[in-house]
Amino acid sequence: MSALLAFLIFVGILAGFGAFLIILSSSLGPRPKPNPAKNMPYESGVAGTETAESRVSVKFYLTAILFIIFDIEIIFMYPWALSFMDFVKSGQGMYILGAMGIFIFLFVVGLIWEVKSKALDWNR
Amino acid sequence: MGKDVFEIVVNCVKMLLIFLVMVQLVPILVWLERRVSAFMQNRFGPNRVGPLGLIQLLADAVKFLFKEPFFPEKGMAVMYYGAPIMALIPGALALAAIPLGAPFHLEQFTWLGREWGPYDFIMQGYDFGVGIVIVLGVSSLGAYSLLMAGWGSSNKYSLLGALRASAQMVSYELALGLSLVGILMVFNTFSFYDIIAQQTGMPLTFNFFGKVHSIAWLPNWGIFFNPLGALIFFCASFAETNRLPFDLPEAEGELVAGFHTEYGGFALLMFYIGEYGHMMVASALMATFYFGGYTIPYVANESVANWVSSGGLATHPNWAAFLTSLIFFLVFLLKVFLFLLIYIWVRWTLPRFRYDQLMDLGWKTMLPWALFNTVLTAVWLAFSHRPV
Repeated sequence: MSALLAFLIFVGILAGFGAFLIILSSSLGPRPKPNPAKNMPYESGVAGTETAESRVSVKFYLTAILFIIFDIEIIFMYPWALSFMDFVKSGQGMYILGAMGIFIFLFVVGLIWEVKSKALDWNR
Repeated sequence: MGKDVFEIVVNCVKMLLIFLVMVQLVPILVWLERRVSAFMQNRFGPNRVGPLGLIQLLADAVKFLFKEPFFPEKGMAVMYYGAPIMALIPGALALAAIPLGAPFHLEQFTWLGREWGPYDFIMQGYDFGVGIVIVLGVSSLGAYSLLMAGWGSSNKYSLLGALRASAQMVSYELALGLSLVGILMVFNTFSFYDIIAQQTGMPLTFNFFGKVHSIAWLPNWGIFFNPLGALIFFCASFAETNRLPFDLPEAEGELVAGFHTEYGGFALLMFYIGEYGHMMVASALMATFYFGGYTIPYVANESVANWVSSGGLATHPNWAAFLTSLIFFLVFLLKVFLFLLIYIWVRWTLPRFRYDQLMDLGWKTMLPWALFNTVLTAVWLAFSHRPV
């Protein structure tokens, strides 16, 4: 509870400090008249045609989706890693190894399928 | 936060100090980066402003403050201004959750006509007891700052840089998270203090198929139990911090400047503070997990305390306890700086990857190797019990 309170206070300090810096730097600088050419999105000198709303490669979405699946699988390994030695010490090392072996087998099958399906082939 | 005014004030000051240390280390690191790169490229680097050019970044910061504020025409204000603030937060939050020095105990003392104490202080912002989980969880929020910057600037270069950055960060987070599973199995705990406590003590001792071996001249560090995991963790942390050879989000040949194309002045500097903060967190984790944290190799923790109290440095036991903790903090800082130097060294040595090579390395090389490391450690531990 006390750690959480300290954490929240720290978030407040950081956000306040960041906002203070942004406000300070944007109030100290010179403010010349707005210039339409200058305010345009940067496009190496020519008038821009594409904006941030233009379409992006589907690969990025695929990467994000695959990341969620694999990240959750990795998160499942954390409690296993934490209780591993307790099982080994009580003589059940083979049980915990086999139980996780099945899980890691599924993980590997998923990884192989993902590589075979060329979902992450950025050259295509 | 504490049971009386003194403890609450000390805890608040401590958090502010951690943040200030992080922010103040950034100019030093930028100076170091410039000087080291100059050294490696056989030129001088900044050497005019102040001794050895150390004041250069202070002059730069003042100049940054007085830059013209710029806002892109089609940008989104909340995203555009929120991104640099968001860049500051994850690094500092994660750094405050890592123990920077040994905890110290203050006995009861009289001050301002009142009895205070006894107190126990930790050299970190807050201790949740889950250690690494909170650090990983918080530091992965860094991707939001890049995405906000790329989306809010309404510039295709920014957007492409931000998308690349976030795809790269999430890909390498898998290898990063998985490489830590092995060392967590070895230490059998999430708490940083337990991890560091298990790495103190001099001879490297391990159990090899029932027989206890020890190597007298090696410290009991995590890297000897999990070298492959340490290597994968360190490589993945380069990608997490967007440093060369993985700085694709900023590939200036293709994307102008990546996600911060539309930024200038102090907002740009805040992105750099965030990046260097992430580097500090990665170096601190490296030191904590694999190189004994704040402990000194070949020297027992008690002998440091004895040296401080008997050497006449501090007469009062409270001051002695504080000084001991400060020494450990300096040792930790030294270790962190060694890793930061390696970051800078690598940046000026290796060229940049191509994007498909980068993603292939993350998904098809580092993730399987991290998995192999996990399985190897599990089998090793199951057959030859490491703890003795």
